Amino acid sequence: MREEIVRVRDLVKRFPVQRGILSGFLSSEARAVHAVDGVSFVISKGEVLGLVGESGSGKTTTGRLILGLTRPSAGEISYRGRPLASFGRAEMERLRTRMQVIFQDPYASLSPRMTVGDAVSHPLKIHGMASGERAREMAEEIMEKVGLTPAGFLYRKYPHQLSGGQRQRVAIARALVTSPDFVVADEPIAMADVSVRAMILELMVRLKEDFDLTYLFITHDLATCKYICDRIAVMYLGRIVEIGPIREVFSNPVHPYTRTLLEAVPVPDPEFRRTQPMPKGEIPNPVDPPAGCAFHPRCAYAEPACARERPELLPVGPGHEAACPVMAR
Amino acid sequence: MGAGETILSIKGLHVEFPISIGTVKALQGVDLDIVKGEVMGLVGESGCGKSTLGFSIVRLLRPPGRITSGRIDYRGRNVAGMDEKELLRIRGRRIAMVFQDPLTSLNPLFSIGQHFVETIRTHDRAVTKSRALEMAGDMLESLGISRQRLGEYPHQMSGGMRQRIMIGLALVMRPELLIADEPTTALDVIVEAQFLDLLEELRGRFDLTVILITHNLGNVAQLAHRITVMYGGTIVEVAPAGDLFRRPLHPYTEGLLASIPNIRLDRPRLVTMPGSPPDLVDPPAGCVFHPRCPRAMDVCRRERPPSVSGDGRTVSCWLYKEVP
Repeated sequence: MREEIVRVRDLVKRFPVQRGILSGFLSSEARAVHAVDGVSFVISKGEVLGLVGESGSGKTTTGRLILGLTRPSAGEISYRGRPLASFGRAEMERLRTRMQVIFQDPYASLSPRMTVGDAVSHPLKIHGMASGERAREMAEEIMEKVGLTPAGFLYRKYPHQLSGGQRQRVAIARALVTSPDFVVADEPIAMADVSVRAMILELMVRLKEDFDLTYLFITHDLATCKYICDRIAVMYLGRIVEIGPIREVFSNPVHPYTRTLLEAVPVPDPEFRRTQPMPKGEIPNPVDPPAGCAFHPRCAYAEPACARERPELLPVGPGHEAACPVMAR
Repeated sequence: MGAGETILSIKGLHVEFPISIGTVKALQGVDLDIVKGEVMGLVGESGCGKSTLGFSIVRLLRPPGRITSGRIDYRGRNVAGMDEKELLRIRGRRIAMVFQDPLTSLNPLFSIGQHFVETIRTHDRAVTKSRALEMAGDMLESLGISRQRLGEYPHQMSGGMRQRIMIGLALVMRPELLIADEPTTALDVIVEAQFLDLLEELRGRFDLTVILITHNLGNVAQLAHRITVMYGGTIVEVAPAGDLFRRPLHPYTEGLLASIPNIRLDRPRLVTMPGSPPDLVDPPAGCVFHPRCPRAMDVCRRERPPSVSGDGRTVSCWLYKEVP
């Protein structure tokens, strides 16, 4: 059994829904979006877990909960076996150097007024890990490692003077400068062009080996998962509907939603034809999710019970679980 | 594609954007023919000029962008030389465009019905409001949306529905050429697949010719009859979709194909293309791709490659004296 880095158990995050003043008086029932609704998984050392889903599936909120950027409404997150809730203020500060994040949009996550060097060395100063010349050395060292070369030259540049690929490298360097062992990468390549995407993916795989990292890789793109993830968890309306080793899930998808997602991925091959039609409709409103299995209104295999009972994850193969009693039969 | 009648013919198109630090040479001599009934995929990475080409065809280049030379002949008339009045008879009526983000293209204060009425009456004053609403209702139904929803506002619609409304607005005047600029980029993967299915269905029903602009080769693989690959303001290759995927000729096309993840293939890793796209204020001499090209020769650094055509395909690369 490999060492456990992150474990989440029955994680729930509700966001209250803004409503009109009058209806607030008239009804006492508090409405909430269940952004994350009972999610559990473990990420072991050296592993890349892909968290896949469409917008509104709760994948980004799950990432933010793990990083402690937002508090869970219920459930528990632990880092190396210790619940986050038991971490004191100072310990939490230190933990932030061990768990880092790479965001989707390097335009939005890098300040246009900070030079590359300032951006990359900033976390060292914030966390009191280094300052002055030492911080500069450490920043340049990590810049070299992520391919921002020559580091001394790029150190003084501003984000707008860099290419899209270089900006994403800055975001990666900034995440790695504090020597974390766990990184949440939230759609790190979604904004990048095709040729840049491949480069960033390859870089992330190499850095994982070099620095002995563990990733939570959040994405809507199943095809890229194949090149970086060891396991994937598919989310739909705040719940994991299927989780397992990547090869196993791709070659033997069980949940009808996973099958649909896999089927919908654009295939760069003119001969390819989809074998099943796309389901009608879109993800329902998370304020008012369907009862039972949230996917049942769009599901071709739905049975009457699916509208009543909320399915739990069931074992369907080695390390492979799916929340569909119909298909698991 | 039937008789293969060319409805749009672009020749030697140059577009420039003068900016503070110089002039962006966004299109540097583009030649392209569009055949009636086809879906032409226009593919390339950000800054390659694919959207600029689309906007040029409907003459909606954002200032200071301007066409500096070349022709855009639509059924024998040069769109590049038309005045506003002439353009109004073509744009929206004969050639329509759908944009990437439906939320910014729809007015939040207008109901869906009002959007249609305004669009229709801008092009044809003779249509009464009630007739326009009737046309709008028919259009909604062919998009798989109930006509009851004409009174609703954009925020009441899902992302996929808004994108369908956009295409409905583009098609309500029954244009023959539809230019769709990254129509699915803002959509989730299942909605994207639904939208592309709908586009194919509408093409048949409305007898459309489509130019589908996208950065995602996967999107156009099944839909497009032909694919045009652009790089650094130039067209590097045009070919029937099957030929392009089976046997890419231009080294850039080859690199692009190798760098897209394919969920159906077991390929251990992606091939990466070193370098980044050219600075179009000061584009490289010779072939714009030569600084990144694994097969660059001396001549590539000096002279721009001519286009060679044959067998239904065209390529601009010094590796080819003729289409192999």
